[in-house]
Amino acid sequence: MTTIGITPTNPVEPFLRTDRMPHIWCPGCGIGTSVNSFARALTEANMDLKNVAIVSGIGCTGRVAGYMKLDSFHTTHGRAIPFATGLKLANPKLNVVVYSGDGDLFAIGGNHLIHAARRNVDIKVVCVNNLIYAMTGGQTAPTTPGDVVTSTNPYGTYDPSFNLPYLVEAAGAVYVARWTAFHVRQLARAMEEMFTKKGFSFIEVLSPCPTLYQRRNKMGDGLDTMKFYKEKSRIKNGAPTNEVALSKSGEIIVGKFVDRERADYRDLMHDQLEEVLGDQYVEAEACECSI
Amino acid sequence: MHADPAGVLTGSHFLDGDHACCEGALAAGARFSSGYPITPSTEVVERFASRVPTVGGTFIQMEDELAASITLQGAVWGGAKAFTVTSGPGFSLMMEHIGLAIMTETPCVFVDVQRGGPSTGLPTLPAQGDMMQVRWGSHGDYEIIALCPNSPQECFDLTVTAFNYSEQYRVPVFVMMDEVVGHMTEKVVIPPAEQIEVTPRRYTTIPPGEFLAFEPKDDLVPDMPRTGEGYNVHVTGLTHDNRGYPDMTPAQQDKLVKRLCNKIRQNVDKITLYEADQIEGADVAVVSYGITSRVAQRAIDLARDKGIKVGKFRLITAWPFPEKQIAEIAAKVKAFVVPELNLGQMVREVERAAAGKAVVRHVPHAGGSVHKPEDILQAIMEVAR
Ligand SMILES: Cc1ncc(C[n+]2csc(CCOP(=O)(O)OP(=O)(O)O)c2C)c(N)n1
Ligand code: SF4
Ligand SMILES: [Mg+2]
Repeated sequence: MTTIGITPTNPVEPFLRTDRMPHIWCPGCGIGTSVNSFARALTEANMDLKNVAIVSGIGCTGRVAGYMKLDSFHTTHGRAIPFATGLKLANPKLNVVVYSGDGDLFAIGGNHLIHAARRNVDIKVVCVNNLIYAMTGGQTAPTTPGDVVTSTNPYGTYDPSFNLPYLVEAAGAVYVARWTAFHVRQLARAMEEMFTKKGFSFIEVLSPCPTLYQRRNKMGDGLDTMKFYKEKSRIKNGAPTNEVALSKSGEIIVGKFVDRERADYRDLMHDQLEEVLGDQYVEAEACECSI
Repeated sequence: MHADPAGVLTGSHFLDGDHACCEGALAAGARFSSGYPITPSTEVVERFASRVPTVGGTFIQMEDELAASITLQGAVWGGAKAFTVTSGPGFSLMMEHIGLAIMTETPCVFVDVQRGGPSTGLPTLPAQGDMMQVRWGSHGDYEIIALCPNSPQECFDLTVTAFNYSEQYRVPVFVMMDEVVGHMTEKVVIPPAEQIEVTPRRYTTIPPGEFLAFEPKDDLVPDMPRTGEGYNVHVTGLTHDNRGYPDMTPAQQDKLVKRLCNKIRQNVDKITLYEADQIEGADVAVVSYGITSRVAQRAIDLARDKGIKVGKFRLITAWPFPEKQIAEIAAKVKAFVVPELNLGQMVREVERAAAGKAVVRHVPHAGGSVHKPEDILQAIMEVAR
């Protein structure tokens, strides 16, 4: 199988476990495209790859960790963020990236996401939002807009959906951006920028699932979706996040919405403990436990 | 290898079981804990939260037990020795991540201070009702190790053992306390660091590129890579091959799941811990564990005063169950008496191992207090007749 994103001669090849190709993603899927941007961002940001770890939950997007030639962890459904939290706190030199789907991060894992944002744990979260539970066959997700046919809402959805940037900003993230699978350059640049941030950072990647979302809703294939994204997207950096909710066929506001500074969890912990404990405080450096 | 003195509170102390368990974890080298408060276990992490910043480590209070039970696994892959602590309802929430630790061979320790269930049950009162849950509560086939302390001293000692076993076999190890053991205060002697044996993590010496992350050694346990050293390790809860790559075939499932079980089964003699007393020549053997073994001791003493030949067999490892030892005793005694704070859990294992060679008499108790010694005595007298 091939996708728009990954071909064997691609410059992203060095970042991939080529011995695991071909991958499982369908033609026209946006996940591979986002991985392409991610690989580009790793190059552009000159990341020391030894110190980049990637953590995924479960889903089509959850398979990303397994294809990246990095220390990579494919955990349980919804729990990539708490796993990443432990990894980062125990080994602060790691750049920890969580790469997962909308259902994984905002339904079953929603509680972990808001708490990690509240604590401002220094992890970078990439959410591939295909507006659906893809891996399990196209059920309604908390991101699915109204009036969309899914396998569990055969007569159209009526559950109100989340506006992800608004939610994540309110929870405390220091960086919030949205791009689509059409905006591969902007997405790569946003990911690159995200690596420079310290604290909980979040990028939403609106992405086609032609197999289960677009086709079922007569919205065409992967290419049609690219045209749709191009037509409907409006770049609006700094847009108030309460104004960027998505709908089935309305405007798609993209851009960087939030970029702010806030002490991250480790700094908060360090400062409080040092102030109160003084000399007694022993900083938990990389607890590379010798024993 | 010896314990790092930084974490060892050498001396003679009066501690309750929860606090002793925390000291055991620190002595064993635990420098990370993620927890969620629940009675009667919270004191363990409260003490850890107060102690660990002076030793060099991290406690984080998570949003729930689903998080607590996987955050610690992230910390383990980050290089820390880590544990979490809970009780009934929290333990139920942790089940999926126990499976993850088994599948990914993540060395870690779970402490369950058992209280009365089901559901919210008896938050402040003891039970031993999670003994089968710990063995079978996560889906699929697996083996784990579970230890049952019966005193604050053993809460210290066996927590150290739990960490050591978890590193040796790369398996989650469970310290199955109960509310009474957790809250009873007794003398606890913590030896000097150089007298505490600590099992180091089995880090590989093979360089990145040549290392297969899940290739078992002779004892069926693979060595571990360090994260952040270029191993590009892949860790997944999916059925995987020796590289760690998903391989979801019946053949690989057979190979992997059997190895995960056999690494414990094959080492059962090295793992099994028990206390046996006056089994030779006994007519009746009392099999018990945890707090119930202390009550049973009283019943045994009373029975011996009456001239009944009673032996005592105390499970220290509930899992793997000391099947061989029970089978041997079954050939010698008339009957087993098995008191426990549940309506019939470990007794099933005793029955299975005894295989009809001796009568097995259960002394049930739904939890909320401990047995009356007289009830156990009564059972001993009845089967001794
Ligand atoms: C505890 C648990 N519940 C349910 C599932 C089944 N499941 C697997 S992936 C998934 C949804 C994934 O949706 P999303 O995160 O949006 O990822 P996508 O496949 O769309 O990329 C579900 C419900 C599971 N693996 N674990
Ligand atoms: S089902 Fe959808 S999300 Fe999954 S690989 Fe196919 S197109 Fe992508
Ligand atoms: Mg999805």
